[in-house]
Amino acid sequence: MKKLMLGNEAAARGLYEAGCRFVSSYPGTPSTEITEEACKYDEIYCEWAPNEKVAMEAAFGASLAGGRSAVCMKHVGLNVAADPLFTISYTGVNAGMVIFVADDPGMHSSQNEQDSRHHAIASKVPMLEPADSVEAKEYTKLAFELSEKFDTAVFVRTCTRIAHAQCSVELEDRVEVPVKEYAKNPQKYIMAPANAIRRHPIVEDRLAALRDYAETSGINKIEWAKDLSTGIITSGTSYEYVKEVCGDSVSILKLGMVNPLPERLIREFAAHVKRLIVIEELDPVIETAVKAMGIACEGKNLFPITGEFSQSIVRKALGYPEKPFVEGEALPGRPPVMCTGCPHRGLFYVLAKNKYTVLADIGCYTLGSAPPLNAVDMVLCMGASVSGIHGFNKIRKETTNKTVAVIGDSTFMHSGMPGLAKVAYNGSNSKVIIVDNSITGMTGHQNNPTNGYNIKGDPATKIDLEALCHALGIGRVRVVDPYDLKETERVIKEETAVNEPSVIISRRPCALLKTTKAKPALSIDPEKCRACKSCLRIGCPAISLRNGKPVIDGAQCVGCTVCQGLCAFGAIGGNEQ
Amino acid sequence: MTTNIMIVGVGGQGTLLASRILGYVFEQRGFDVKISEVHGMSQRGGSVVTYVRFGEKVYSPIVSEGEADYILAFEKLEAGRYVRFLKEGGQIVTNTGRIDPMPVITGAAEYPEDVLDKLAAKGVKIDGIDAMAVAKEAGSEKAVNTVLLGRLSKYFEIPETEWTGAIDAVVKEKFREMNKKAFRMGREA
Repeated sequence: MKKLMLGNEAAARGLYEAGCRFVSSYPGTPSTEITEEACKYDEIYCEWAPNEKVAMEAAFGASLAGGRSAVCMKHVGLNVAADPLFTISYTGVNAGMVIFVADDPGMHSSQNEQDSRHHAIASKVPMLEPADSVEAKEYTKLAFELSEKFDTAVFVRTCTRIAHAQCSVELEDRVEVPVKEYAKNPQKYIMAPANAIRRHPIVEDRLAALRDYAETSGINKIEWAKDLSTGIITSGTSYEYVKEVCGDSVSILKLGMVNPLPERLIREFAAHVKRLIVIEELDPVIETAVKAMGIACEGKNLFPITGEFSQSIVRKALGYPEKPFVEGEALPGRPPVMCTGCPHRGLFYVLAKNKYTVLADIGCYTLGSAPPLNAVDMVLCMGASVSGIHGFNKIRKETTNKTVAVIGDSTFMHSGMPGLAKVAYNGSNSKVIIVDNSITGMTGHQNNPTNGYNIKGDPATKIDLEALCHALGIGRVRVVDPYDLKETERVIKEETAVNEPSVIISRRPCALLKTTKAKPALSIDPEKCRACKSCLRIGCPAISLRNGKPVIDGAQCVGCTVCQGLCAFGAIGGNEQ
Repeated sequence: MTTNIMIVGVGGQGTLLASRILGYVFEQRGFDVKISEVHGMSQRGGSVVTYVRFGEKVYSPIVSEGEADYILAFEKLEAGRYVRFLKEGGQIVTNTGRIDPMPVITGAAEYPEDVLDKLAAKGVKIDGIDAMAVAKEAGSEKAVNTVLLGRLSKYFEIPETEWTGAIDAVVKEKFREMNKKAFRMGREA
């Protein structure tokens, strides 16, 4: 049976067919659906972990116990999981363990454009790179085989155009793999210096064996063309763009394994072609390796190091004719915005109005930085708002009462807690606002430890944020409803005035949750409206100007009433009982 | 020969559902199909693009400048934004409705009401429909996507039953009948 499948869906199918038993992940675009889809197979235990580090460690534990396991994350999540990664490389595995990492060239939904292949090279862990959904499934299964054969975790690296692209995939049956025996083995699994010293040479030998595998296994393959004037080394989506443009007219070395690289195969390929070009998105990883072999090649002299590729970029770089097109007019942009009814809007309005310095974090509330609110000063990485404000306030003590950190419920659980412990322990009077919308929002609504539900939507232990903050040493914890602008403003002013650390929980479920019922749409009475435009200051996509006066789009409005709180003339109504 | 369709619109309008219905129809017809979409940040009311490609063998999952046979635009400003992806002689099928982007709401920019006229003046083939009005008539403002898909379906010589079959396969049961109605109304509009 064949089915159109996202790369992520196909990878999940690969987990199922490979007899995988355990998946632990933290959501991150574009990797999220691997875990969500795997969760649909009863044979695989799946869970959301608070962050990628503990997810990877749990997957390692499952492998140690003898069950095939996997962990999925986006590229920046791999930074968080780098600590276990580098030592799992030394211990190796018991049952097969696969690490999915999804890069985001073009930064569709990310804060940087890092290239995960560097992590594979640095940790000496092999990395496979599928080019479409068919290979996403095939390589996932292969990754388990390699993991057990070579006693190592194995990466499967994707990117947005693999993870979120669909093509037809042939479904096969699951092969049950029994749980392997577990035997205590301190020399292998206790990475204290005396043991680790003995493991490192094993890692180097393993890499050499994997290199031999890469030379001969067929995962890296040459497609010879009649014309040998140009040879292209490529992998992943870049391979698809090259095939789209060049078809069978150029010789191609397609790499399915991008770490370690097959040196003999590359030499053989290079020796047969006149002009050698490496085509790879992001960093010149393969190009640098080829040049280090003493082989002349081209690459980043022709192709950009930034952004994602396309057939158009390949055409231009290789001198193929471009397609004619009609140039459009300059038009107003349409950046992403907070949704109608978003609970974050009221909070950021209050912060902007009172000119707070706001160190924010990763999530939907990053959009508090956008016009017209422009409420945010900094966004760095998961958890950095809470630890960042501590350093900020230590240097600028005079502005402590005008500076706040803003972090989401899920992000706080991910890596905000150690920052808050630091605030309490090292006393910086920092004020932290936890925007608790009862969900992990930006990645598409995943449950988390603070909302009381697990990945399947079944009831789970709910971590009490107020009690948690108290336990982390914060004496003052307040809760506000961000739809209530006056109360939100009053509490923020009170808490930022005190000379001790404080947490304000701005609590209101995401407007897009199924359990959040929309209220009747509001409307503006044109007779009462004086066109002062106060209601436009909150940046609600449902309110726009028509002939000089604001109007509310009834199709978009969910009746949150935040705009009503801003109108001095009582012109906004429609929700009267 | 590969046929390229771009679906453009505003995050939340349901471009993903439309692409899945299209993908299903062409796959059932035995074509090699690729669809590419973007999730996450861009879906939050921003400008969104989904690519659907079908043919004997399709490699790239995306569509580049000058390649789209059809642009299906769920909002007219977005039709203008992506016109450079249209092939020479390609067809735009668009909603004539307007959704103000944030720069217009804040007053930083004017909404170009004449965006479609300007495209037509450049010789671009445009088929416009007030999809919101049709969707309301069909029973849901959310059905703008299937109304427009119905309109686009007229450009393919494919029996209606294959399209409604795809809706049956892709859409949740609760919304099937409404979406089929919206599809037919778009197709007949």
